[in-house]
Amino acid sequence: MIQFLSQPWPWYVAGVLIGLTVPALLLLGNKVFGLSSSLRHICAACFPAGIPFFRYDWKRESWNLFFVGGILIGGIIATTTLASQSPVLIEESTRNALEQLGVRDFSGLMPSDLFGTSSVLTLKGFFFLVLGGLLVGFGTRYAGGCTSGHSISGLANLQWPSLIATICFMIGGFAGTWILLPLIFKTV
Amino acid sequence: MAGEKITDARFRADACEAPNNQQQAESFAGNLKYGLTGVFFGIVFVKAEIVSWFRIQEMFRLDSFHMYGVIGTAVATAAISVYLIKIFRIRTFSGEEVVFPRKTFHRGHVYGSLLFGLGWALTGACPGPLFAQIGAGFHAVLVTLLSAVAGTWLYGYFRGKLPH
Repeated sequence: MIQFLSQPWPWYVAGVLIGLTVPALLLLGNKVFGLSSSLRHICAACFPAGIPFFRYDWKRESWNLFFVGGILIGGIIATTTLASQSPVLIEESTRNALEQLGVRDFSGLMPSDLFGTSSVLTLKGFFFLVLGGLLVGFGTRYAGGCTSGHSISGLANLQWPSLIATICFMIGGFAGTWILLPLIFKTV
Repeated sequence: MAGEKITDARFRADACEAPNNQQQAESFAGNLKYGLTGVFFGIVFVKAEIVSWFRIQEMFRLDSFHMYGVIGTAVATAAISVYLIKIFRIRTFSGEEVVFPRKTFHRGHVYGSLLFGLGWALTGACPGPLFAQIGAGFHAVLVTLLSAVAGTWLYGYFRGKLPH
């Protein structure tokens, strides 16, 4: 069983399981699936600074913090007990393109030359960790949700603003990949 | 910003976008079940390599169907579930009526989403996967997470001045 679960899971298994999270949370306790809200609750709990946007009863929404805490623990279990022996398979064309840009490590889930602890205080770290994080945090809150809140919960509930958001996530992602990444790699 | 007065329901300060609509209060033990759901979710994230920076790159380079397959199947599964809950009026385990929040369009759905997309391409992560990446042993992503919290805070601070 453990051996079976240790292999990388196919997309249709993952898709169904992720999709089932929406009804699971609704039926467990009328909770709407959306993960970027956790970042807002952290702000409200730790640094409200009198800002109206962070003045609300975050304790009532603390289920979301339990949820993301669980995700972190799940990440640990998946890479220890259920660790896969095979490296992440990367499509040849993506690998070639990334090699040309300057990515060196292809052995794990993420390239350690960009996301290893040694890059924290470098220019690479500034772009991929600091700037990337700022865009994720600012962008998702401005957009009122992320992939989970808009692309999964929102689309499943046929909310058209979520469709617009999802299309714009993808446009931003394509621009980030084809325009911003080459510029960053030229700088670092 | 301090002193701003926003009465528009679209972006009222207390309107959480992924709300807890349960009338009954949750206890600490009650919240643990969401923690467990999260554990399960984190395992799926890592085992299906959705939190892999390379998988996100493949998606934006149109080199692999994997992420499109995951998201497409997830949306279909969730949509069918939501539809069934609606037509059979299925209630929550504690007997409450399920609430489906409606979203009203504002310009942030465009501007914010474009900015998030750029960040998604750089970090290879949405807010949820950030936690899974840290759990998977990429401790530098803690910097990304703190930065994302800072980004959220900056939005809260400048919110009154941004076009919505």
